[in-house]
Formats: sequence, structure tokens, C-alpha cells
Amino acid sequence: MASENPTATEYIVHHLQNLTYGKLPEGFERYDGSIVTEPTWTIAHGAAEAKAMGFWAIHLDSMFWSILLGAIFVILFRSVAKKATSGVPGGLQNAIETVIEMVDGSVKDTFHGKSGLIAPLALTIFVWVFLMNLMDLVPVDWIPGLSALLGIPYMKVVPSTDPNITLGMSLSVFLLVIFYSIKIKGIGGFVGELTLHPFNSPNKVVQAILVPFNFLLEFVTLVAKPISLGLRLFGNMYAGELLFILIALIGYLQLPLHFGWAVFHILVITLQAYIFMTLTIVYLSMAHEDH
Amino acid sequence: MNINATLIGQTIAFAVFVWFCMKYVWPPMMQALNDRQKKIADGLAAADRASTDLELAQQKAAGELREAKEQAQAIIEQANRRSVQIVEEAKNQAREEGERLKAAAQADIELEANRAREALRAQVAVLAVTGAEKILGQQIDQAANSKLIDQLAAEL
Repeated sequence: MASENPTATEYIVHHLQNLTYGKLPEGFERYDGSIVTEPTWTIAHGAAEAKAMGFWAIHLDSMFWSILLGAIFVILFRSVAKKATSGVPGGLQNAIETVIEMVDGSVKDTFHGKSGLIAPLALTIFVWVFLMNLMDLVPVDWIPGLSALLGIPYMKVVPSTDPNITLGMSLSVFLLVIFYSIKIKGIGGFVGELTLHPFNSPNKVVQAILVPFNFLLEFVTLVAKPISLGLRLFGNMYAGELLFILIALIGYLQLPLHFGWAVFHILVITLQAYIFMTLTIVYLSMAHEDH
Repeated sequence: MNINATLIGQTIAFAVFVWFCMKYVWPPMMQALNDRQKKIADGLAAADRASTDLELAQQKAAGELREAKEQAQAIIEQANRRSVQIVEEAKNQAREEGERLKAAAQADIELEANRAREALRAQVAVLAVTGAEKILGQQIDQAANSKLIDQLAAEL
């Protein structure tokens, strides 16, 4: 905790601060008033220090929870896959099969090409994002309180409320979109798609004039895909988390409110994971379509 | 909320998890699902086949039952005919036997009657001679008259 009896603002800010590890530059004044005499690798206290660390800093809490949840996903699914039987499935296998069939159905509905990557990718996204979102249902003070007892100053447990995490995934998807666009349509096809639509003309000169406009429109469309994909998930989860924190501030009345919001949030959690997965499939199938 | 190297860390973690999923999770699960689908399809086909087989077997059983009934009917008819025949034969035999016995009895009776007639004739001859002797009161020459008396006896 930042202080013994934090004000509401302090409480909220503290809850929204990631555990950031990075290098503080020389001459930086730290939270306790001391001056950094030489560049130091340390854990940031407060937003100003985290900001001063620049790009080459890492959110230890987001990475830890994200990798832990991803590991839970692969270990759980792998253990079922190893014992998978074509006979009568057990309870766990049944549940996992339901998820896999749902993902497989979504992929088959949208994507008509042949690719060994897209379905496992969609499954990973769905389950992983779902698990990351699910951390939102853990009462907001449990894990941060526990880590404060262990001497860890900050702990943000929902990885999907960190834009780095969501954008990291959406940019990976974006790279795949570009990769498949070029692989399927060739460089020329991909560039043509960016420059020859939506305005085109049989006249070569007019077409040449239209190219910059087309490119402007199509480029924005292209870049908006990963940004909106990542920020949508981040925004939804961040807002949900913030509401949980605000509810946690209001004393005993929080119990029914918290329950109500948590029930509603179950829907948001699943829906956002599903949307992220579906849009990934849609973007990748668009990349596979040849005009 | 700064954008920092977490972005890269997450990208690497994402790539690793997707790779793992693609390599070790998806194929065995899909294999199991497809196998089960095939199994179910096979099972349904087998059930269809079995019901057709059952129908065929029922038809066959019904046919054999009918045949057996016909055969039984034929056997019963034959037996009936045979029994009638046997009764007929027995009747004929009995009739023949009866007639034979009757004929034998008649022959016996005739023989007895002839014998009795012969005896009576002989006695009548004696009686006639005796009577004639009495009537004539005299001895008739036995020898002279015996030819006449034999003639008389033959006429009786």
C-alpha cells in the first residue's frame, strides 16, 4: 500500500499501477525524495517513475499473470489432449471438447481456406483471453493485499487491463494478417489492394491520381484493425476493473453491488474473449481472400 | 499504462503458446473428435444394417414356419389317408375271413347232412326191409331183393 490510510484517489491509482521493472535515468528524483546518482534498474514506485523508465521497462505483474494463465491453458488442454479418447469422454474432456468444437465451428463458419494455424490460434486466443479476463472476478484486494504482505508494492492481476498485453496480441494477429496477405496475394496483390480500391478508373492517369487517396483510406483501415482489436479488449476490461475498484470503496454496501456487477461481468468476460477470437478469424480470412 | 517492453514479452509468450497449441493440443483433440464422429457414424450404419437383417430374418422365419405348417398338414393328410386305407383293408380282410369261415361252415354242414342222409338212407333201407318183412310175413330172399332195396335206398 502506498500509505496506511489511502484516500480514494490514492487507492484507485495504486490499484491501477503496474509492477514496473526498468531503468531510472541519472538525476531522477525518486518517490522518497532521493536522487538517482547513476542509471539504476529497479521497480517503479508510482506512475511518474514508470513513465521515466521509457520503453525498455517491463510490467512484471502483467507478464507473470499472463504467462501463468497461458501455462494453465496449455497444461490443462495438453493433459486432456494426451488422454483424449474417441470413446465416451470424461467430464473434463467433455468440457474441453465443447470449447474446441465451438472454436472449430466459428473458424469453419468464417474461414474457408485451408490453414493449420488459424484454428489453434483462435483456440489459444479464446481460452487465454478468457482466463485473463476471468482474473477480474477475483476480489480486487485479495491478491494485491497478499503481495503487499510479501513486500511487493504493486500488483495488477488482470493482464487484459494492461494495453501492452492486449496490443501485444492484436499486433501479433496484425503481423499474421500482413504475412498471409503477402503470401496469398503476393507483394503486388497486397499493394494493389491498398492502392487500387475503393476508387478505381480504367484510365491509367486518373488511376495514378487516385492512388494516394486509396492508400490513405486503405492504410487507415488496415492499421485500425489491430489497434481497435487490442483497445476494445483493453477498454472493456479496464472499465470493468475500475468499476470493481470503485465498488470496493463504498463500505459494506459493496457486497450486493459487487455481486451484481460480477454476474454481469461474467457476460462481458466471455463476450470479449469471443469477440477477440472472432475478429481474429475474420481478419485472417480476409487476408486469405483473393480479389 | 505506458507502452513498454511488456508488448514484446506478450508477443513472444503469445507465439509460444500458439505454437504449443498448434503442435500438441489441437491435432490430438481433432483426431479424437473425428474418430468419435466416425465411430458414431459406423455405429449408426451398423444399427441400420442390423435392423434390415432382423427384418430379413423375420421374413425367413415366417416363411419357414409356413412351410413347416404345410408339411405338417401334408403329413397329417397322408396319415389320414393311410389310416382310412388300413381300416378299409382290415374290413376287407375281415369280410373275406368271415366269408371263408362261412363257406367252411357250410361245407361242414353239407358234409354232416350228407353223412346223416347216408346214415338215414342206410337205416331206411333196413327199416324198409324190416317193415316189408313184417308186412309180407315172410322171409324175403335177402339176396334176391337186395338189389331192389339198394335201388330204393339210392332213390331216397
